[in-house]
Amino acid sequence: MELTGAEIIIESLKAEGVEFVFGYPGGAVLHIYDAFDKQEAVQHILVRHEQGATHAADGYARATGKPGVVLVTSGPGATNAVTGIATAYMDSVPMVVITGQVPKPLIGNDAFQEVDSVGITRPVVKHNFLIKDVRDVAMTFKKAFYIATTGRPGPVVIDIPKDITAEKTDFSYPAEIKMRSYNPTVKGHIGQIKRAVDVILSAERPMIYTGGGVILGNASEQLRSFTRGLGYPITNTLMGLGAYPASDKQFTGMLGMHGTYESNMAMHNCDVLIAIGARFDDRVTGNLEKFCHDATIIHIDVDPASISKNVKVDIPIVGEVAQVLEDMNKALEKAEKKPNALALGKWWAQINEWRSQDCLKYDRDSELIKPQYVIEQLHEVTGGKAIVTCDVGQHQMWAAQYYGFDEPRRWINSGGLGTMGFGMPAAMGVQFAFPDETVVCITGESSIQMCIQELGTCRQYGLPIKIICLNNRYMGMVRQWQEFFYEKRYAMSYMESLPDFVALAKSYGHTGMLVDKPADVRGALEQALANKNELVFMDFITDQTENVYPMIPAGAGLNEMILV
Amino acid sequence: MKHIISIILENESGALSRVAGLFSARAYNIESLTVAPTDDPSLSRMTIVTSGTDEIIEQINKQLNKLIDVVKLIDFTGHVHVARELMLIKVHATGEERDEVKRLADIFRGNVIDVTDTTYTIEITGNSEKIDAFVESLSSITIHEMVRSGLIGISRGEKALI
Repeated sequence: MELTGAEIIIESLKAEGVEFVFGYPGGAVLHIYDAFDKQEAVQHILVRHEQGATHAADGYARATGKPGVVLVTSGPGATNAVTGIATAYMDSVPMVVITGQVPKPLIGNDAFQEVDSVGITRPVVKHNFLIKDVRDVAMTFKKAFYIATTGRPGPVVIDIPKDITAEKTDFSYPAEIKMRSYNPTVKGHIGQIKRAVDVILSAERPMIYTGGGVILGNASEQLRSFTRGLGYPITNTLMGLGAYPASDKQFTGMLGMHGTYESNMAMHNCDVLIAIGARFDDRVTGNLEKFCHDATIIHIDVDPASISKNVKVDIPIVGEVAQVLEDMNKALEKAEKKPNALALGKWWAQINEWRSQDCLKYDRDSELIKPQYVIEQLHEVTGGKAIVTCDVGQHQMWAAQYYGFDEPRRWINSGGLGTMGFGMPAAMGVQFAFPDETVVCITGESSIQMCIQELGTCRQYGLPIKIICLNNRYMGMVRQWQEFFYEKRYAMSYMESLPDFVALAKSYGHTGMLVDKPADVRGALEQALANKNELVFMDFITDQTENVYPMIPAGAGLNEMILV
Repeated sequence: MKHIISIILENESGALSRVAGLFSARAYNIESLTVAPTDDPSLSRMTIVTSGTDEIIEQINKQLNKLIDVVKLIDFTGHVHVARELMLIKVHATGEERDEVKRLADIFRGNVIDVTDTTYTIEITGNSEKIDAFVESLSSITIHEMVRSGLIGISRGEKALI
């Protein structure tokens, strides 16, 4: 069957089971848009800005585990997408981004809307392609989806010149793909697993530290059996929340810069650290010199380059976390040795003493709305079952600390790149994937303005997202650092000339609510969440001076926290 | 410590910039880099000379392996191998200098490959130390220009990278 390049793109997306493509048209992709118009299997979602398209596809991917797909035009279309591509790259989110390119004969001529998309995106993609022949289109798509979704996932960009989308060739979609240069490891080395099991069972002060890899690798079940079987304490990174239930007594809370006192102290004092699908990010380790100096470190990760990158690891295990944990659970069952109950009893007593610090306490009698209170109430009103997307800053930390995620893929935030503006478009992607679920975007008055235009997309497609804007009239995290480390000189962190968010939401045809008294928080949340058909923008006027605690200052060790 | 890393990669446009981009993005050193197609035209072979602590070299190897276009690589450090570099050097050669330059070239088993009334151009191959030594031996001679290919290497014995 002879098809045009544009038609082959559509057929390839169908073959990959793609439901939604988030995009924005332009000159270089008009043939592709024309092909979209002639079919109904793949739905195109029109955003208001290409950054919104990438975040929406990203949110869809994080919530479903399926790759998100983006279509943008050449030049500014591609450059606007870069922030979203980098966001997905830093958090290892599977995504395929199609960028239009000027016709082949014009490449390199500084043509209208020409940019070297492959060059610009190279440092922030898992891989990228420039298609030079219409006969390569189908195979390139097959490779792109394969690369994006296997091993350590990540975004893949396909740059396709306009003339190729009009040329015709025979189409058949490859059923299988094998690449001599790309064979990610699946199974962990069994000898290493046995060594690790022996060390794990000899531990006196063990700590399990898991990251986004457990979520991405769908290893939550295996992690739960592993952790419960051992009875060891467990902490999750910002990216790993929900992999282990926050409500479980073995869970010590998030770790790192704004992690709990008990998690960070347990990390600092443990004798065996079991790191799973985590990458020892600087926001987690604090000062590397002081990091877990007494511990034997076991690290399970699908990406060999993550192992011993920041922290020297004693027992590395390369493989998919679900597979490795399954093998490990079997090895643990067979092992004659059992966890050291006496030592573990003492260790838990110590951890419970740290817990009794109650490091997440805050002033519950304040006359101003405390942001922590809003998150706690949100948890109660939604029964902890909402899918929560988030922007970046103080509100992100409060959401992570106070919402309490019991299931994976329900906490969707930009951890690695820390992209303000991520939350609302990500929520759109989630709501498309799960039209009947409660999707909440926790944001701040600064972050939300970075992609505020997507309120239009939400209106067009009737997405009933609930936006919880913790409005403290400051770029809160910047303000907090200025208070702590710059002698309260609040340079440029005050958000002046804010819009009336309620009126703004209404102007897009949504519902808006202003909440400025603690007593009104619960009722307002109940009212908003009962509204299943409309987007509700809730503008909570919160205490301007509230800070995120605990906090490890940059350069300090995990045991050197600032508490309330 | 200096490491010679030899890489087999897909002969795709952009493969070179992926490797070069990796080194600049992660602030690794490149002392030399050379690349050309192999007997299989779909593959290129690249040799990189780099230096760094053991931890950095381990990361360089892992990050290179992670590139989708990289099929296979070997760090020759710790493996028996031979490594050679080619230099072309154009020097001033008149009067007595002319004989002296020729003698030095012979001692280092170099060949004079281009001659004018006033210059010799010499080709010389060897390990980097030999090339350095030859340049040093020409210290009293005026060097017009020189070009070095960067090191290439191969394992000794029957072992092959691919």
